[in-house]
Amino acid sequence: MVKLDSKIPDGPLAEKWKKHLASLKLVNPANKKKLEIIVVGAGAAGASAAATMAELGYNVKVFVFQDSSRRAHSIASQGGINATKNYKNDADSDFRLFYDMIKGGDFRAREANVYRAAEVSNQIIDQYVAQGVPFAREYSGYLANRSFGGVQVSRTFYAQGQTGQQCTLAAYQALSRQIKAGKAKMFARRDMLDLVVIDGQARGIITRNLITGEIERHSAHAVVLATGGFGTVYYLSTLAVNSNGSAALAAYKKGALMANPSMAQIHPTSIPVLNDYQAKLTLMSESLRNDGRVWVPKEKGDKRHPNEIKEEERDYYLERKYPAFGNLVPRDVASRAAKERCDEGYGVGETGLAVNLDFKDAIQSQGKDAIKAKYGTLFDLYEKVTGINPYEEPMRIYPASHYTMGGLWVDYNLMTTIPGLYAIGEANFSDHGANRLGASSLMQCSGDGYFILPATIGDYLADQIKVPKIPTDTPEFDEAEKAVKDKLNRLMSVNGTQTPTSFHKRLGNILWTYSGMSRNEEGLKKALKEIKELKEEFWKDVKVAGELNELNHELEKAARIADFFDLANLIVIDALNRKESCGAHFREEYQTDEGEPQRDDKNYSYVAAWEYTGENSDPILHKEELKFEFVTPVQRSYK
Amino acid sequence: MNITLEIWRQKNKETKGQFVTYKLEGVSSEMTFLEMLDYLNEKLVKEGGDPVAFDSDCREGICGMCGLYINGRPNGPKEGVTTCQLSMSVFNDGDTITVEPWRSKAFPVIKDLVVDRTSFDKLIEAGGYISVNTGAAPEANSILVKKENADRAFEAGICIGCGSCVAACKNASAMLFVSAKISQFALLPQGKVEAKERVRALVQTMDEFGFGNCSNTGACEAECPKEIKLVNIARLNREYYKAY
Amino acid sequence: MNKVVASSISKKFVMALAGLFLLIFLPVHLGINFMLLKSDPEPFNSAAHFMATFPLVKVVEIMLILAILIHIVIGVIVQIQNWFSRPVGYRSGNRSKTSFFSKFMIWTGGTIFIFLIIHFTNFYFIKLGFIEGDPENFYSVAHQLFAIPGYNIFYWICFIGLGFHLYHAFTSAFQTVGLNHRIWTPVVNFVALFYAILIPAGFASIPLIIWLF
Repeated sequence: MVKLDSKIPDGPLAEKWKKHLASLKLVNPANKKKLEIIVVGAGAAGASAAATMAELGYNVKVFVFQDSSRRAHSIASQGGINATKNYKNDADSDFRLFYDMIKGGDFRAREANVYRAAEVSNQIIDQYVAQGVPFAREYSGYLANRSFGGVQVSRTFYAQGQTGQQCTLAAYQALSRQIKAGKAKMFARRDMLDLVVIDGQARGIITRNLITGEIERHSAHAVVLATGGFGTVYYLSTLAVNSNGSAALAAYKKGALMANPSMAQIHPTSIPVLNDYQAKLTLMSESLRNDGRVWVPKEKGDKRHPNEIKEEERDYYLERKYPAFGNLVPRDVASRAAKERCDEGYGVGETGLAVNLDFKDAIQSQGKDAIKAKYGTLFDLYEKVTGINPYEEPMRIYPASHYTMGGLWVDYNLMTTIPGLYAIGEANFSDHGANRLGASSLMQCSGDGYFILPATIGDYLADQIKVPKIPTDTPEFDEAEKAVKDKLNRLMSVNGTQTPTSFHKRLGNILWTYSGMSRNEEGLKKALKEIKELKEEFWKDVKVAGELNELNHELEKAARIADFFDLANLIVIDALNRKESCGAHFREEYQTDEGEPQRDDKNYSYVAAWEYTGENSDPILHKEELKFEFVTPVQRSYK
Repeated sequence: MNITLEIWRQKNKETKGQFVTYKLEGVSSEMTFLEMLDYLNEKLVKEGGDPVAFDSDCREGICGMCGLYINGRPNGPKEGVTTCQLSMSVFNDGDTITVEPWRSKAFPVIKDLVVDRTSFDKLIEAGGYISVNTGAAPEANSILVKKENADRAFEAGICIGCGSCVAACKNASAMLFVSAKISQFALLPQGKVEAKERVRALVQTMDEFGFGNCSNTGACEAECPKEIKLVNIARLNREYYKAY
Repeated sequence: MNKVVASSISKKFVMALAGLFLLIFLPVHLGINFMLLKSDPEPFNSAAHFMATFPLVKVVEIMLILAILIHIVIGVIVQIQNWFSRPVGYRSGNRSKTSFFSKFMIWTGGTIFIFLIIHFTNFYFIKLGFIEGDPENFYSVAHQLFAIPGYNIFYWICFIGLGFHLYHAFTSAFQTVGLNHRIWTPVVNFVALFYAILIPAGFASIPLIIWLF
C-alpha cells in the first residue's frame, strides 16, 4: 500500500526551503564521481538539471528522442519567465508571486512547493543572464519587464516572443559544456520505453535506439524524468507533434502515482484549426493580451470583415465580464469565455470557432513601432501561418490543448513514490494546481532543474554511495526488455488497416469533446466507454508500416498512441472523480449562477494521486490533503 | 490540387539511395508542406507502401528539427520560413516538386530525408557557451548591456540550428551557424571573457567536420528561416583575428 | 599553430589580403597601358623599363608575384575542400537568391590564370630573360598582338571574366577581413561595381581604340 508523504518541512513558509536545504544529506565530491544519474528529456528542466548535476560531479546520462536536446519543446515557450525581482517597484515579492500562483491554480497546489518556486525565481534570472540570455533591455542597459496574463504586476522577463528558446538554449549550452567535460553523456534519438525498478528503487531505463531500432538497457543510481507534458493526448495541441506521455506512463505502470491527470490547460490564444489535415496548433503568446483586445460581434453569425464592424457593434466580452482584469484574466477563464461565445454562435471566421484579438487601439495609442518591438516575431509568425497581417486586421484565436498541470506525483524533494525516481518540470504535478499562470512554466522548469533537484537528489544519493555501478544483466532488466519487445512485436504484428495517426485523431476528438474545456458526468462516462472501444479497435486494426530494426516513425507513433489510450482513460477517471469545478477542470454540474467554476473545498481540497493496479482494473485513488496554512482559499474572482 | 513528388529515398546510411516519383491527388493549398507529406505517408501506409521518413517536431518553426531541400532551395520557395511553415499555397496544380535531404559531408543521411546533424551539437560543445556554474551568477542587473547590443545579440541568438545555411551554401559551409553563436556572445559583456578560446575552438571544430569554406555567396543569409545576417560572419572573422 | 595557419578563416584572410593587394596594382598597370594609345612608343617603353629596373618596384614586383601565387594556391585548395564538403550534390540544383558572380569565382579565376600565362609568356618572362625577346620594345609587341583579331577576342573574354571576378572579390575581401558596416558596406559595394566595370573596360578599350583609329 502506497503511503503519500509530501515531506513538507515545518516552519514559516518563507523559511521552509532554506531550512530544508540546510538539513538535506550531502554527498562528498569523491563519492559523487561514483554515482550515475539518468535524465530523460532535456528541455529547460532536463538540460538544466543534467548540466547542474554534472557540474556538481555526478555522472549524468541524458536521453532525448530528438536528434539534439536543443529541440525540446521548452524551446517554443514564447512570452516570458517570471521572477520577483521587483525591478518595477510595483510592490512585488515572493509572497505575491506565490499568492498569484496559488490563486491562479485555484487552490489546488501545495503551498510549500509554490512558495519555493517563487523563492528561487530570482536566482534563475541571474543564472540565465550570466549564461548570456539576451533578455529585453531598457535603453539604460537594465533588464526590461512586462506584465502577463492573470497578474497585476510587471514581473515577466522576456526575449521578444522567444524567451523559451533563449532559456532552453542556455540550458542546452550549459549541458553541452558538461558533455565536452566528459561529465554528461548524450544519448540522442532514444525513446524511453520502460522504467527498471530493482528492489523497489528506480535503477534504469529501457530505450529504443530510434535509428537502429535496437532495444538498449541503461542503468543508474537514480532516474530523473523531465519528459514534459502529455497535452498531445488531445491530438491537436500546441505541443510538438512528437511530445508524448509514454515515459510518465511507464513510470506510472511501475508504481509511481499519477496526480491530477485531468488538470490540462487549454490555452486561450492559439491560431484556430484551419483544415482537417492539420497536425498541430500554433500558439500565440498570451502576452499579446497585454495590448490586444478580445472581441466578437454583438450580432450572432455576423460574417462581415472585422474592420467593417463598428466599435458599438463589438462585444469586448472579457472587459465586459471581468472589468478588473479585462483581457488579462487567467488562461482557463479566457478559454472558457471564448468557448462560451462561440458555442452561443458569436464566433468568427469560416468555422465560427474563433474570436478576434485586436491591436487597432494599441497601435493607435502606442504607434506601430512600439507594438512591433514587443510582438514583432509573433505577428510575423501569425502572418506566416494564416496570411493575415495583424497590423491591419485582428488576429483570430481559439483555445487549444497546451499544458498539463497534472503529472507524476512528487514529494517536496521532487521524488515520485518510487524511491530514486524523480520527476521535474511539466512532467510532475507540483506547482500549478488546477491552472497555470503565464510565464510560470519556464520558471518552474528552470527552478526544478537548476536549483531544486540538484540539491534534493543528494539526500537520496547520500545513501547510495556504497552501491556499485548497477549491472544491466539482472532479471528486472530482462523482464523490462522483454515487455518492451513484446509490445513492439505485438504492434507490428496486428497488420490491420488503419494508421496510428487516424486512431490518434479519434482519441483526441473524444477527449476534446468530453474532457476538454468543460466536462459533465454523462459525457465523461461516454468517453470512458469510447476510449475503451477505440483501444480495442486499435489493437485489432492498427497498421504499422516499416520494420522493427530501422528508423520507423510509424512504430514510434503507434507505441505512443497505445500509451495515450491508458493515459486518456486515467484523465477521464480523474475528471469523473472530481465533482467540483476548479481552474481548468470545469464540471458543468458545478458552477455558480454566473457560470463561474464552483469549487468544493470541503470535499475536494486534495491532490488526486492514482495508483496503477493492472491493465484491466481501475486505479486506486490516494488523496493528499492540501493544507492551507498561509493563505485562505477564496472564490477566484477576476471581476 | 494534384502534384508530382520526386523524393529521395534511402534505406539507411550504408545503402545507396534514389529518387522515387509519387503522384499525389487531393492536396489542399491550406496544408503545410509537412502536412502534405503526412498525407502522402497516410496514403502510402494504407496502400501497404513504405512511408517517407522525415524529421519534424514543433511544427511552428522554432525547434529546428525539420528541414528539406525543396525545388532547389532549403525550405522551398518562400523566404524566412522553416519547412514546417511552408504552405502548399505556394505551389500550383500539376507542379512537380523535388524533395531532397540536406547535403553535406558533415550531415550524413540517416534515412530518406533524415540527416544527422550531430556536428552542430559538437560545435556548441566545443565552446558555444559561457562557462558559469549554476549558483555562481551575480545579481542580474549588475551586468548592464546596451540595448542595441542586447537586441543584436538576440537577433543572432535566435538561430534554431536547422542547418538550412549549410544546405544552401554551395560549399556546405557552417559559417553562419558558427557566427550566430560567436556574435551573440561577442556582443554581450558576459561573453567577452572567453571570447578568444570560444572562437578558436569553434572554428577548429568546424574545419574538422569538413564543412566548406565561406565564399561570401550569401545563400545562407538568403535561406536562413530566422533571417540571420551576413554581418555576423564578418564579426566572426574579426573575432577570430582578434583571438591571435 | 598549424591549425591556425590552415584554418578556413586564416586561409580566406590571407587570400583576401593578397587579392586586395592585387586590386591596387591593376590601376597602375592600366595607367601604363594607356600609353600604348600614343603613336610614340617612347613613353610606354620607358615606363616598362622603369618598372623593370627601379629597385623599389623590384620589391613590389616580388610581392606581386607572391600575392598572385598565394591567391591562386589558396584559392585552389579552398575550392577543392569546398567540393569535398558536399560529396552528393542536389538534383534540383541551387535556386537561392544569392550573389551571382560569387558562384563562379574558380572559373573566372581560372580564365584570368590562363590569360596570365599567355601574358607572361609575351611580356614578363621575356623581361626576366626566361624567353628570348626584346624587353625594351614591349610597345611593338603589344601592337603586334592587338593586330590579331583572335587574340583580341580572347583578350576581351578574359577581361569580362576579370570583371566578374573583381566585382565579387572586391566586396568579399572586405567581408572576409571582417569589415561589414551598416553605412560603409553599401559604399564599398558601390565602389566595387565601378571598379569592376571601369578597370576591365579600360584594359579592353585599348585594342578597340587602336583598331578603330
